[in-house]
Amino acid sequence: MEAIVTQFFNIEIMVKALPLVLQGFGITLLICVVVIPLGLVGGLLAALASVSQNRALRWSAIAFVDLFRAVPPLVLLIFIYAGLPFAGLSLSPFAAVAIGFFLNNSAYFAEIFRAGLLSVHKGQTEAARSTGLTQTQALIHVVLPQATRNVLPDLMSNVVEVIKLTSLASVVSLGEMLHAAGLVRSLTYNASPLVLAAVIYLVMLWPVVRLISRFERRIAS
Amino acid sequence: MEAFLDTFFNGAVLARYAPSILQGVWVTVLLSVLIVISGIAGGSALACLRAYRIRLLSVLIVIYADIFRALPPLVLILLVFFGLPNIGILLSSFTVLYLILTLVLAAFAEEIVWAGITAVPKGQWEASRSTGLGFTQTLIWVVLPQAVRIVIPPLTNRAIAITKMTALGMVIGVPDILGQATTAQSFSANASPLMLAAIAYVFLFLPLVIFSRWLETRFAAPGV
Amino acid sequence: MTQAAQGAVAPPTLTVRGLRKSFGAEEVLKGIDLTIARSELVFVLGPSGSGKSTMLRCCNRLEEPDAGEITLEGDPVTGPKVDLNRLRLRMGMVFQAFNLYPHLSALSNVTLALRKVRRLPRAKAEALGLAALDRVGLKAKAGSYPAQLSGGQQQRVAIARALALEPSVMLFDEPTSALDPELVGDVLAVMQDMKAQGMTMLVVSHEMKFARDAADRVIFMDAGRIVEEGSPEQIFEAPQHERTETFLARFSGRG
Ligand SMILES: Nc1ncnc2c1ncn2[C@@H]1O[C@H](COP(=O)(O)OP(=O)(O)OP(=O)(O)O)[C@@H](O)[C@H]1O
Ligand SMILES: [Mg+2]
Repeated sequence: MEAIVTQFFNIEIMVKALPLVLQGFGITLLICVVVIPLGLVGGLLAALASVSQNRALRWSAIAFVDLFRAVPPLVLLIFIYAGLPFAGLSLSPFAAVAIGFFLNNSAYFAEIFRAGLLSVHKGQTEAARSTGLTQTQALIHVVLPQATRNVLPDLMSNVVEVIKLTSLASVVSLGEMLHAAGLVRSLTYNASPLVLAAVIYLVMLWPVVRLISRFERRIAS
Repeated sequence: MEAFLDTFFNGAVLARYAPSILQGVWVTVLLSVLIVISGIAGGSALACLRAYRIRLLSVLIVIYADIFRALPPLVLILLVFFGLPNIGILLSSFTVLYLILTLVLAAFAEEIVWAGITAVPKGQWEASRSTGLGFTQTLIWVVLPQAVRIVIPPLTNRAIAITKMTALGMVIGVPDILGQATTAQSFSANASPLMLAAIAYVFLFLPLVIFSRWLETRFAAPGV
Repeated sequence: MTQAAQGAVAPPTLTVRGLRKSFGAEEVLKGIDLTIARSELVFVLGPSGSGKSTMLRCCNRLEEPDAGEITLEGDPVTGPKVDLNRLRLRMGMVFQAFNLYPHLSALSNVTLALRKVRRLPRAKAEALGLAALDRVGLKAKAGSYPAQLSGGQQQRVAIARALALEPSVMLFDEPTSALDPELVGDVLAVMQDMKAQGMTMLVVSHEMKFARDAADRVIFMDAGRIVEEGSPEQIFEAPQHERTETFLARFSGRG
């Protein structure tokens, strides 16, 4: 019991690790701020393409989505960070993370937006067009708001997934929170810094996870 | 073009490392199958337990499910892999990866199956109980068969997402596809092993992704 | 099968004594007393929210009574040591919304309890199930799924599901309220047929014509109490209570 406390919940070590871990947390947030909007925009565009009338566009969008849903994000990230330099394309860890996550997140967000778009009844567009709105106006003012609302829990839960995914950046030595905690762990041979990082993730994400569960139940009933 | 081929599809490198990556494929497949079976079974069992609405038990299940859904799997993997040896528990990297991803999948599966159970109308319970079936019998014969239909598409998606995370094993030295490929890459100083790994993952998971897409249209209730 | 069979006088099929039930602060049943003799058809009337469904659901304890005693053929229904599932085999219930199992065929809907509670072998259960479906005129639909049946057919399958267990009493909660008018007749015909065969029935419904034709006794409920009871003639032609009168007046226009 005491061993568990000193090895996992060692306050002294946590206090020492805190500045570095918090600095890492800042970078985690920075990654989120860059990567989430990128994924949302990429996903929305891919979703629109995947329901378009143009056959070629539609199928390339679906192929893009399925391809990047099939490749594990870590594989993608390492490929970009460690593989591309052999082709003369060296990227900073941050750029590699941004590109890798953009491709991965877009695919997942696209699938969600697509379901949302398909959930909006065709009559909605027709009604909007009948009042003189253009196709684009109907999309922006009538279809998209409904589509987004219909899949809001899924969008939120994917945002949680993206935030969790930022921990992968530690593998390419981007000094986000997990990387910082792992560094202190390797210096102290004590797992408490990792527990500290876990607690911070938990404080950040637990309320969202709870909220999503509530949301989903309300929609189900 | 030649430089590209030489970097990503180098024949000599591929021939040399293909066998080890193929071994990695087996490790990935084995892990995935084990995780999917035990994760879904565990999560479903927890969801069923929750149906009995025993206060304390339900609260514990929810806390477990929330924690394992909120924490990044990589954090859990590192925590267990590097933390447990310090208190005298030695687990292989394979075991750690299997355990954590099973727990994560079970947490998600619990939430999904529970949502499926609660989506079955109350009248179904009442009809069944009114003919003398007990609570457990109703759960097994009336409610779960209906919940399964609701649950299959999201459960499939989640299972795919989590089995893909077996790639995280590379960080703690599991000789899965990615683990083998990064080792090979550092020895060969060439990107071909990584390319081969990516292709292997696409080969393994693309059919599943397409299958899940088909499931979604198949199970989508008409008119909803 | 019942203790009563050995006694000199057979006890009533169903008795309810001092039944009370509250939801939160709202007392929905304020002391219900009711006795139903063997082969009797008791028809329950009353405004929405008067507690009709709650009373019915207390009889087989889908709703747990707060106070009161219920017996079935002399056997206690309320009380801690009752084997509820065994007892429910002897009380069929038919719901307004049918509540057929959508994942099972009509026949499997009917045989589920036969197999899982009465533990009959499949062949035996299916023979009984087909016989029950035959009684409601739907033997030909044994293989159909609920989604492939009309509302009236679904409700008849639901009746067969209860009938197959050979219950001592059948509880009906507005069995025709969810049906299109042209489908109501089929269901009522089945109920009339059951009555002719001697089934004991407690029926909550708004089908006044059926009450006149088939009921032995009509009960009028209001605000959690039985306000008035009597033969159909008494209740419909000469109601004693003002509330019964106003309630019936609202229906007289509809025949
Ligand atoms: N599960 C419940 N929880 C809370 N209140 C309930 C519940 N079931 C019934 N009630 C309330 O109890 C009262 C009686 O309901 P009940 O369904 O027994 O009436 P009813 O006579 O069957 O009405 P109707 O003709 O509309 O079916 C109503 O006020 C209703 O809102
Ligand atoms: Mg009612």
